[in-house]
Amino acid sequence: MKGSITKGLSPRRRAYDITMRTLLYAAAALICALLVFLIGYILYRGIPHLSWQFLTSEESVIKDIEGILPAILNTVYVIIATLIFILPLGVGSAIYLTEYASNKRVVAAIEFATETLSGMPSIIFALVGVIVFCEFCGLGQSLIAGAFSLVMMTLPTVIRTTQESLKTVPLSYREGSLALGSGKWHMIRTVVLPSSVDGIVTGCILAVGRIVGESAVLMFTAGMGMRLAKYGDSVGEFFRNLFDSSGATLTVALYHYAKERADFDSAFAVAVVLLVIAFGINLAAKFAGRKLKKR
Amino acid sequence: MSGNTIIEAKGLELWYGDNHALKGVSLEIPENRITALIGPSGCGKSTFLKTLNRMNDLVPGVRIEGQLLYNGEDIYGPDVDVTRLRKQIGMVFQKANPFPMSIYDNIAYGPRTHGVRSRAKLDDIVERSLRDAAIWDEVKDRLNKSALGLSGGQQQRLCIARALAVEPDVLLMDESTSALDPISTGKIEELALELKNRYTVVMVTHNMQQAVRVSDMTAFFLLGELVEFGDTERLFSHPRDKRTEDYITGRFG
Ligand SMILES: Nc1ncnc2c1ncn2[C@@H]1O[C@H](COP(=O)(O)OP(=O)(O)OP(=O)(O)O)[C@@H](O)[C@H]1O
Ligand SMILES: [Mg+2]
Repeated sequence: MKGSITKGLSPRRRAYDITMRTLLYAAAALICALLVFLIGYILYRGIPHLSWQFLTSEESVIKDIEGILPAILNTVYVIIATLIFILPLGVGSAIYLTEYASNKRVVAAIEFATETLSGMPSIIFALVGVIVFCEFCGLGQSLIAGAFSLVMMTLPTVIRTTQESLKTVPLSYREGSLALGSGKWHMIRTVVLPSSVDGIVTGCILAVGRIVGESAVLMFTAGMGMRLAKYGDSVGEFFRNLFDSSGATLTVALYHYAKERADFDSAFAVAVVLLVIAFGINLAAKFAGRKLKKR
Repeated sequence: MSGNTIIEAKGLELWYGDNHALKGVSLEIPENRITALIGPSGCGKSTFLKTLNRMNDLVPGVRIEGQLLYNGEDIYGPDVDVTRLRKQIGMVFQKANPFPMSIYDNIAYGPRTHGVRSRAKLDDIVERSLRDAAIWDEVKDRLNKSALGLSGGQQQRLCIARALAVEPDVLLMDESTSALDPISTGKIEELALELKNRYTVVMVTHNMQQAVRVSDMTAFFLLGELVEFGDTERLFSHPRDKRTEDYITGRFG
């Protein structure tokens, strides 16, 4: 029937269509079920062992208290320390590569290298971190050595995402700004960066996500310390204590509970905390991206 | 009917890599007049326009020879400050390109770039520029709204206002009305006619009627060469070159 739009598909094509659709639904349902089971199981095992005390105290053998406050704080410290280095370094190199570097071939080579590095197994960064920061620089197993190693690990990602978002800024904005007599840096600061800030923020939040989820690098470079840093007599001393001492972040604490102590109740409780943080980070990334884009 | 010459090209040659895009172009652009550049696609109109404010510097592999003088000074001279040159010679692009900021910030962008900080002064410049670009009445109640919410024609007039806000001497317009409806086009043509009392306008256009309606002088380009340059009326009524005649009578690609 030429031109008819009421005739349906031929029976064969319809059967094919239905089979395919069923298979796709089944695959999707399977994935969803798996996800729900995983999250449900973690929550089911972990929540009963979560308590205010568990979240807000240091563990003590004498008082028989389990507590992950040091691990939570260590995670926060490592995130902050890493971001402090990664923002200027990553955004700065990305700006240089996309806006200033004129040798296209060198830029392409560097971009290829950063891409390769961002896909590298983290255990390699752990090895390099141990050799370079812990031993060669004499930092030992410490939070600062951990932060430096994480800078190495996340730098390629931040550079890549920043570069990608810089490249999406239309040429017409740049031309418009230059034609009004802006210098190059003025143009970048007033037109390019404001239009790409959402991508930069998203990249940083993703980097934070990787930091929170990282265990291998931190286990080797930041160690397994489960104590709170001593306050000392001055702010400077506090910081020295803080970053000199070895400290386990949440993921490392989880490993510690599960593997060394076979304390699965505490391990699952930590897992719940990590799950909540991961959820929060993803939400923040989405929200920040949308909010900044709107402006 | 030519006044003082403000821009003078002498044997201007330009290459994009191996592509010889301007071949020995010589012409004198008179002050406070509208000069139209016409010619078929790819003949080098935009290229010539962009040599005037050195926007071609952004293209890698560009090579320029010959002389280009602005008020007697060499535009490509060794101590030229490109940012100052571009402040003097403003540009409006084919596609309106407002920044993703408020209308106010768009207009204030140029003056701020050149160091104007006082709010009162900026308010003043913004209002005056928007009035000059005949768009003040349409936007005066929404200065703090995003410029991207304006219509295409309004955006283009906003870009003209933005260019005027830095008080240039010369305004370059590259097919600035080609994406607009007849009414917006008419407004911008009127605008150009008003502006020529205070500015020198150089406009690229594909629309021959537009060239006749607004321009005082017309330059016809073909394959990178300046074929004919002269009084608009004379050029369209008595073209001296056969190729000009073919082009303006539509017998040409
Ligand atoms: N950025 C560039 N890089 C290399 N070649 C270019 C560049 N811009 C223009 N050209 C070449 O220079 C020649 C003149 O181009 P130009 O853009 O000046 O033409 P035009 O007269 O403005 O055409 P149109 O009416 O289509 O805008 C063309 O051959 C074009 O391919
Ligand atoms: Mg053009």
